[in-house]
Amino acid sequence: MIETDIIIIGAGPVGLFTVFEAGLLKLRCHLIDSLPVPGGQLIEIYPKKPIYDIPGYPIVNAGELVDKLMEQTAVFKPAFTLGESAVSLSETEDNKFIVTTNKGTQHKAPIVIIAGGLGVFEPRKPPIENLDKFEDKGVEYIIRDPEFYKGKRVVISGGGDSALDWTIYLIENNLVSELSLVHRRTSFRGHLDSVQKVMDMAASGKINLITEAEVVGINPNAAGHVGAVVIKHSNLGEVVKETDHFIPLFGLTPSLGPIADWGLDIEKNAVKVNTFDYSTNRSGIYAVGDINTYPGKLKLILCGFHEGTLAVQSAFARIHPNKKNVLKYTTVNGVSGF
Amino acid sequence: MKDTIKVTIIDREGVAHELDAPTDMNMNIMEICKSYELPVEGTCGGMALCASCQVYLESDTDLPEQSDSELAMLDQAFHVKENSRLGCQIRITEGIDGIVLRLAP
Repeated sequence: MIETDIIIIGAGPVGLFTVFEAGLLKLRCHLIDSLPVPGGQLIEIYPKKPIYDIPGYPIVNAGELVDKLMEQTAVFKPAFTLGESAVSLSETEDNKFIVTTNKGTQHKAPIVIIAGGLGVFEPRKPPIENLDKFEDKGVEYIIRDPEFYKGKRVVISGGGDSALDWTIYLIENNLVSELSLVHRRTSFRGHLDSVQKVMDMAASGKINLITEAEVVGINPNAAGHVGAVVIKHSNLGEVVKETDHFIPLFGLTPSLGPIADWGLDIEKNAVKVNTFDYSTNRSGIYAVGDINTYPGKLKLILCGFHEGTLAVQSAFARIHPNKKNVLKYTTVNGVSGF
Repeated sequence: MKDTIKVTIIDREGVAHELDAPTDMNMNIMEICKSYELPVEGTCGGMALCASCQVYLESDTDLPEQSDSELAMLDQAFHVKENSRLGCQIRITEGIDGIVLRLAP
């Protein structure tokens, strides 16, 4: 069990700066993020894009801002659980919270600050009826272990790099008995050499390339596992293709994820907070940055910095109800780390 | 130079909303929809990275060619048709006055 003062869910810019403000109050933080590196959407979505509205920086690239925040917070030695998403939250008898990740890592603290941004990045699921019924029964959105497909018939759909790269990998390593790649258009937008490889594989009959088509249905076999998919061509109509696995690869999309079930007031896919201290309806749980909502909310990094700053002041009062505290200026006192 | 144009957005229930859109605020269709509280998420903020603002062009309005990033995103999206566009990539300019767009599911 990892114990700390504040569990921060989300290691984006707002979560990182919250570590700094908490550190000034001598509160230690542990951050959890589903992505493998800190930075949140700044790293996952737009690392090379410029940001122009960070005070004091006329222009800063998103990736560079994350580096600077990591440098700024290093003095307070934040700890990280990366590549794991926070899934459950429970309360202990001594008024603390336990946050458990999808991999079972447990974290305990008196305060939880949700800085989850857009939410958890999850695979984009095609709108096919009953798709969820076949999850773990032949429908996989992520290829975790390529060996799993040894000797199997596979249908992949999608036109981006991951669809192309996995097609190439599975064929080059002789991992499947048959592979069909279904794509809505005739051309692909992946890396040129990947596109060429896939085209060559189609020409030599190593894969079935089915373009101008979409998978629109799934038929079960006798065991209730995927037995076939229904492929709809733009002009040839529907055909049924027998297969053991259907792997839709359409990239990632953010969703609020498990925190939607934590008993928090949710409005418009965001967590409602009190702007006095960015607390949620559950005492001890705060929400800052893009994941919260309140009248007048603006989804800006700089607003998130302010929100995190106020939240940790309130967190301090909750952790140390009888301890006097006063705002101290870093200019006067400097920064003394842990 | 018109400072406001008409934009018609047909929502997912089939209701047409005729909106006044300012041409001088550097806005796009996704942003106009959000400002009128129509159900468009615009999750990525307008970087052509989420397709939550997908619309179908239903008027014969002349639009600029789609960028590579818009086409790449539409490749990953669902319910895509020949007339699919990302709302965030359609700028509000005088040239699109009278445009009619339907929100994708």
